[in-house]
Amino acid sequence: MAVLSPAKTTKLTSEDEPAVKRSKGGIAGRLFQWLSTAAGLTILVTLAAVAGFLILRAWPALTASPAELQEISWFKADSLLSYVGPLIFGTLLASVLALLIAVPLSVGIALFISHYAPRRLAQGLGYIIDLLAAIPSVVYGLWGALWLAPVLNPIFEWLTSSLGFIPLFAGYQPPAKNILTASIVLGVMILPIITAVAREVFLQTPRLHEEAALALGATRWEMVRMAVLPFGRSGLVSASMLGLGRALGETMAVLMILSPGFLYSFFLLEPGQHQSIAANIAAKFPEASGLSVSALIATGLALFVITLVVNMFARWIISRRSEFSGAN
Amino acid sequence: MGKTVKRVNNRSLASIALVGALAATLTACGADATTSGKTTDAGKDAATTEAAADLSGNLAGAGATSVEKAMGGWIAKFGETAPDVTVSYAGGGSSAGREQFLAGGILFAGSDSALKPEEVTSAVDRCFGGEAIELPLYISPIAVVYNLPGVDAANINMSASTIAKIFSGQITNWNDAALAAENEGTTLPDLAIIPVNRSDASGTTKNFTDYLAKASDGVWTHEASDDWPISGTQSGNGTSGLIDTVTGAEGAIGYADASRAGDLGTVALKVGDAYVPFSTEAAAKVVDASPRADDATDKRLVVKIDRTTTEAGTYPLVLVSYSIACSTYDDAADAANIKAFLSYIASPEGQELASDAKVAGSAPISDALRTEVQAAIDSITVKS
Amino acid sequence: MTTLPLSSTPAAPAPPGRGAASGTARRSRLKPWAPWAAAGGSLVLAFLVTLVAGTPSFASVVALAAVFYLVGLTAWSRIVEGPRWATDRLATTLVTFAFGLALVPLISLLWTVVSKGSKVFSLTFLNTNMVGVFGDMTEGGVYHAIIGTVLITAAAAAISVPIGILTAIYLVEYGRGPMARGITFLVDVMTGIPSIVAGLFAFSLFTLIFGPAYRAGIMGAVALSLLMTPVVIRSVEEMLRLVPNELREAAYALGVPKWLTIIKVVLRTAIAGIVTGVMLAVARVIGETAPLLLTVGIITKVNWDLFDGLMTTLPVYAYNQYSQGGAGVDRAWAAALTLILIVMVLNLIARLVSKFFSPKAAR
Repeated sequence: MAVLSPAKTTKLTSEDEPAVKRSKGGIAGRLFQWLSTAAGLTILVTLAAVAGFLILRAWPALTASPAELQEISWFKADSLLSYVGPLIFGTLLASVLALLIAVPLSVGIALFISHYAPRRLAQGLGYIIDLLAAIPSVVYGLWGALWLAPVLNPIFEWLTSSLGFIPLFAGYQPPAKNILTASIVLGVMILPIITAVAREVFLQTPRLHEEAALALGATRWEMVRMAVLPFGRSGLVSASMLGLGRALGETMAVLMILSPGFLYSFFLLEPGQHQSIAANIAAKFPEASGLSVSALIATGLALFVITLVVNMFARWIISRRSEFSGAN
Repeated sequence: MGKTVKRVNNRSLASIALVGALAATLTACGADATTSGKTTDAGKDAATTEAAADLSGNLAGAGATSVEKAMGGWIAKFGETAPDVTVSYAGGGSSAGREQFLAGGILFAGSDSALKPEEVTSAVDRCFGGEAIELPLYISPIAVVYNLPGVDAANINMSASTIAKIFSGQITNWNDAALAAENEGTTLPDLAIIPVNRSDASGTTKNFTDYLAKASDGVWTHEASDDWPISGTQSGNGTSGLIDTVTGAEGAIGYADASRAGDLGTVALKVGDAYVPFSTEAAAKVVDASPRADDATDKRLVVKIDRTTTEAGTYPLVLVSYSIACSTYDDAADAANIKAFLSYIASPEGQELASDAKVAGSAPISDALRTEVQAAIDSITVKS
Repeated sequence: MTTLPLSSTPAAPAPPGRGAASGTARRSRLKPWAPWAAAGGSLVLAFLVTLVAGTPSFASVVALAAVFYLVGLTAWSRIVEGPRWATDRLATTLVTFAFGLALVPLISLLWTVVSKGSKVFSLTFLNTNMVGVFGDMTEGGVYHAIIGTVLITAAAAAISVPIGILTAIYLVEYGRGPMARGITFLVDVMTGIPSIVAGLFAFSLFTLIFGPAYRAGIMGAVALSLLMTPVVIRSVEEMLRLVPNELREAAYALGVPKWLTIIKVVLRTAIAGIVTGVMLAVARVIGETAPLLLTVGIITKVNWDLFDGLMTTLPVYAYNQYSQGGAGVDRAWAAALTLILIVMVLNLIARLVSKFFSPKAAR
């Protein structure tokens, strides 16, 4: 069977190319491979279709002159690029802050569940975390606006009054509908996703590695650092990317929490400074028609491109570490 | 291992039972929320019932979210007289509604602004050679709401230029002299004013900015627009988001559909020399006092709200939402359904239902306007 | 849970720093009660400090006590046990704190949903639709929205899960060269498709083919599957990569063909992880609002037909009810609670499935 010739998988090397003939699975094997390849190709086609659709719908806006674009009531920038710029900035700022909040916490939770908590407790906790991944973004939005914002209010007031000389914390205005609140909600939102994947990955650490580390007299933390974390690193990056993907594209929660604005601003506590692309589309789309729809879809295209760039970057990080995997 | 398995199995049994119970609940027939009462008040307007009873089919509409609540009431009550007609209304936004209507996706649209000239032109194609009809069937006062728990006065008085100064950041504190001058006898606190606007594109914003642009004597320098023209402000998404934001901070002020003001204080607007708090009567009155738009016809009853009116007892900050339909349909059932449904909305019962503060708190249209509206509805024909 | 025994792994071989077993260590160790003593001491100290500084509030005391505990226990351990164990204690404390800190928003979120949602939540609420409900009527329920959510999510899963699992198999077992790398990359890109763009895409696609008036649940399902597929692929791919090669090699050595090895050995070993991944993906999309708002909208009664007509889904229902305010807000929370319960039931089913199919004596 041609399929089974050398280097047939990404990781299996020639050592598992035994002399035994495995022709038993002839047609079925071929069919199975064909099916899975077709599934892979579907992804290619789908994505090409989405990209094509985005470009097609965005084209009128991409080719329109600034003067034409400025006829749109909300379009106050000089060009499409200078309109999208602050949106990209806001989207990235919110997502990066969310990741900064969520990743350390998720690793902590995942480690706690996989290696620290008693078994029974761990099972229940894992279950609760899984459930949280399913809470609709609308509810995160409601929770952020109605519960979290009042809780954060005194903290932010304190921050801006005592640390207000740092631009990051200056200019707070109640209620807490600023980018930091939105980021915290996004962080909480992607926490269950990152945790769930990280936990599964940590649980898959080869037991032998762990026991070897402990047998050498390692403390639990040393064992985690030497055996668990290196093993889970690639999975962790994947998990973070999943989380980042959700944070970048999150619509409803940001829409309901953030007081939007279109500036390049590091005033995290001031309202009306930032906006994310997805929330902007959702806010403007219902009343948009004609060219303004195209302009909105062009911002969607920009988000698509950002995701592309961010993922390239992540790939590059993983590829430097890819040799460590269970299937090697 | 065996022990574990056993314990697990017990739990699986329990969960299977739970799943089963839930499945049983789901497969049980889903009941309509309101089954009783269907026949009780049907006798009241026997004529309508008789006419509506043989109607059937789908009547899909979409558009402005502002009319969603009223539409919910109208659909529910209309369903009692014409149970075989399935009316639906998806509140996706005025533009979306108009676009879907013109594309032939829906039979009627709700819109906070009238059709644009080019849309009127393209409506001819959609309406099988007829034309679009636009009926101002939902008149809703917009309240300027504020969050000042310490102020007991029923309303704070403001002129349009004061409101414009507040929203453009020229008045920043509640104890400002301009506010004090308009509110003798009311002590306003020393508290920063936090203006709150809608963050999404909205007909409410358009009417509010239109009011400010026309009535503030040049203080408001921006044009009327669906989108808030000033950046760096606190804002809320949708009416609910705006109300939540205003509720969330003391000293905040915003604008919203009056029926949603709830516990928040509302501003009395300066009209002529008096201050008028919002009311459905005052809102209906301003529509009657306003002229028609230049391109209005007897089928497109587009009103140009007179924001600077000085007529006593009018409340010029209103939103008029149009029901847009066709004068000609190619299907007899569609034409009959839309006629019956719009007639019901325009009828005194329909308008009264929506004006209930518990439903939508809108202003009932006047009898004069109703006559015109009904004439336009009656002109709906089937393409021969 | 096959993976569960693993979680106890570190506890089995005499966990360092806990219990009498650690007496084997040559160095002197802190007594088992030391962390508790440190915790108590920190709390008291924190309370006193905040009392001196001003009025103590619960949050400030806990926050300050956490800092004292962190510094105090690490220093104590460093003096008595030496730097390595001190680091270990620091790590344990940090991990536990991370967990505790994360629990605050998560618990408050769950609590908010449950307490606000239970106001109107009842069997009647689950079993009625919204026909004839308007204004401030408190009747009405989510029956139609449950049906819509279940149908649309099931359709999305029916599209995504086979494609997702097969693609993951392709990537792990067959794929090589630029195409596999390209697909891996594109899957990453796909995880970043904003939900609203997915909705716009499905909307345009269907209205292009079936005309502008076409509205159906399947539109929402396609939009959701666009969001779901990459999550399925990524998590299944991770799980397949973690299946030890020894298992595959053993199967090959027995003459089992590759496709059968994948089905019988690789997939079965990874089934728990795969099911978790699929559940995660379902959970990821079942609460999506924006794309469904665009495509399937909202109606007041049940629509069983995925291919014709508007449908109501729970997230859209919740958003719509919240937007209308008044009595709707209670219904919105109850709908959110319903959604969480549905996911809970799905999770239970998934766990049963994975238990049934996974190898009996895993590890």
